[in-house]
Amino acid sequence: MNSSSIYRPAGFDFSNEIRNNFLHEKGLPLPGATSTGTTIVGCLFKDGIVLGADTRATEGPIVADKNCEKIHYITESIRCCGAGTAADTEFTTALISSNMEMHALQTGRKPRVVTAMTMLKQMLHRYQGHIGAALVLGGVDITGPQLFTIHPHGSTDKLPYVTMGSGSLAAMAMFESSWKPNMEREEALTLVKAAIAAGIFNDLGSGSNVDACIITATGTEMLRNVEMPNQRVQKERDYKFRRGTTAWRKEDIRQLIVQEHTKPVGGDEMDTS
Amino acid sequence: MSIMSHNGGSVIAMVGKDCVAIASDLRLGNEAMGISSNFQRIFPVSDRIYLGLPGLATDVATLREKFRFRVNMYTIKEEREIKPETFAHLVSSTLYEHRFGPYFIEPVMAGISKTPTGGVKPFIAATDLIGCLNFAKDFVVAGTASDKLYGVAEGLWEPDLEPEDLFETISQTLLNAVDRDAFSGWGALVHVITKDKVITRTLKGRMD
Amino acid sequence: MPGSMVAMTQPVQQSFNPYTENGGTILAIAGSDFSVIAGDTRQSEGYSIQTRYAPKVFRLTDKAVLAVNGFAADGNMFVKKVKQRLEWYRHAHAKDMPIRAIARLIQTMLYARRFFPYYVYNILGGIEEDGTGAVYSFDPVGSYERETCRAAGAAQSLVQPFLDNQIYFKNQTPAAGTQFPQHLPLTSVLPLVIDSFTSATERHIEVGDGLEIYVVVASGSTSLQGLQNLRGVQEVTGTTDGERVFVIRRELKKD
Repeated sequence: MNSSSIYRPAGFDFSNEIRNNFLHEKGLPLPGATSTGTTIVGCLFKDGIVLGADTRATEGPIVADKNCEKIHYITESIRCCGAGTAADTEFTTALISSNMEMHALQTGRKPRVVTAMTMLKQMLHRYQGHIGAALVLGGVDITGPQLFTIHPHGSTDKLPYVTMGSGSLAAMAMFESSWKPNMEREEALTLVKAAIAAGIFNDLGSGSNVDACIITATGTEMLRNVEMPNQRVQKERDYKFRRGTTAWRKEDIRQLIVQEHTKPVGGDEMDTS
Repeated sequence: MSIMSHNGGSVIAMVGKDCVAIASDLRLGNEAMGISSNFQRIFPVSDRIYLGLPGLATDVATLREKFRFRVNMYTIKEEREIKPETFAHLVSSTLYEHRFGPYFIEPVMAGISKTPTGGVKPFIAATDLIGCLNFAKDFVVAGTASDKLYGVAEGLWEPDLEPEDLFETISQTLLNAVDRDAFSGWGALVHVITKDKVITRTLKGRMD
Repeated sequence: MPGSMVAMTQPVQQSFNPYTENGGTILAIAGSDFSVIAGDTRQSEGYSIQTRYAPKVFRLTDKAVLAVNGFAADGNMFVKKVKQRLEWYRHAHAKDMPIRAIARLIQTMLYARRFFPYYVYNILGGIEEDGTGAVYSFDPVGSYERETCRAAGAAQSLVQPFLDNQIYFKNQTPAAGTQFPQHLPLTSVLPLVIDSFTSATERHIEVGDGLEIYVVVASGSTSLQGLQNLRGVQEVTGTTDGERVFVIRRELKKD
């Protein structure tokens, strides 16, 4: 299709490939996309799934976002935690969420977690790992509670407790020492919070707050910022500047409210006789 | 040497009390050589939305036109002005479309929207070069001086600044950050967007 | 097989990288008759924390404090060697080496390793012989300069422009008929140091855990007032005459 057309085909646009590869051959390294060092976990309990995530997004050693959301919506009873390239986890889950909604509408049934898992793995495998999304998918459907991990190349695991991201070892240490089958809801939530906290405090790529999500057959509870153990302390002083501190050369003020003046012109009043 | 720092330049946006501010330097370079000290990289999208495009200069020009086209198409189809939140998603998906051949730009947006109750809601956002959105409640930064901007902004910013105080804070943050960056500087421009006006000021700063 | 024949006959280059980066940040600010030298206490490698308490700031004499940042093993060894040279100086001259002499000593010690450097950034703070506060900053091979303030390490780029603004008043115009001070009092410097570190902790993953602030005060300085009853302060002065050294310890975020 002609690229100047206003109608664009769906999917990725590779029009910059030639230019970017040329620049690359000139010796300019292509910048890597924002990667999120992350701790994300999922845990099976007696009547559902608890998902957990930290809220730090990084660009190298710099914290880009102190309170981002890593537990993404798939359907009302399915959620997905994302680690890896931030934009990829965001858009991949949004796309699969959309397709799941379409699927639910077409079949007239409540969608299953395996369906989302299959859609995700097939998509990621099609892109041969170039879409850098590492996911923890959890939910409850007609077959009961389900928990999966999906790797960037499309391989999947089905386990009762899972962790991913740079803080996965710290979080897994908590699961390996404390997880047991058929836990109660509160017990599972406490364990997930402890696993995320282990990542937050021991992995530099993870930090800030704990997000959790409890999914059972009766409903989904999104617990945004359930724990906030890293609030910044009060600063020692304030840094407000005296007005006029910054020197400037030129000012232009654009009024957004249109000033309207009505000027009555005498002599042509309407004839009301 | 990375493509992102080929032409240099930095942008910052901050939230104040019922207002937002967005500011950038004015340098256009070719690696270490300065080319222009009057390069515009912040563009008005609508009356109350401004967009900053730090990164590769050729893509600044391309994306500026691309967004102008897409915002116009949105306005015609929807018969209403685009909201800042919607615009942020438009920017995000436009960049992600080019996931495997990106534009070398990290956009920063600032705008205010009106709430149904007649109030004013400040909005800022930034994305990485493939469109990962970052909604912050305080400030967002991008460009070659981003590290410096993060450090200074984290120290100087405080909540609920009035437009004139926000102007001082964002200006001081930008000027001091770009003075420590070899690829940014050569003048600076600040826009403060309030409910009923946009104040644009050209700052007096170091020109070396 | 021809491939393996090449491997048998051609020399194979093995590589070994003796350096690592251990994160963290240090800074120092000189006042008119005092000097503040601070550093965080986190030591990291990659995404792991090696320890939450590894001091980077060391008292050399009662008038000189040295902060080292970069490769921790080199830093510790370097401080050890500087301390040894200062000990020898004491035995030979029966007095502490003046800070400007320590600065020159550090330069020669660093440059002696020009082609296998100590991978560290040094900041030396203390009191000059004339009683003024001094800060000397070094690069890894010994280039140095006396300054009023300096930040170094992982978050140098975050902290230094903030200090430019708040210590040197860069880009600020004073109110009509007033002037900015040449030197700030200790009561203004300490909050700036603490806020620099809390800000760096927010935005840099390698900064955090703890903060150690050394304060070197010239004898008879007015800065002594109010210092002793500060929260978490401890005196670490070695002698009874002249300068006094204090350390203030604070917690930083641990994520």
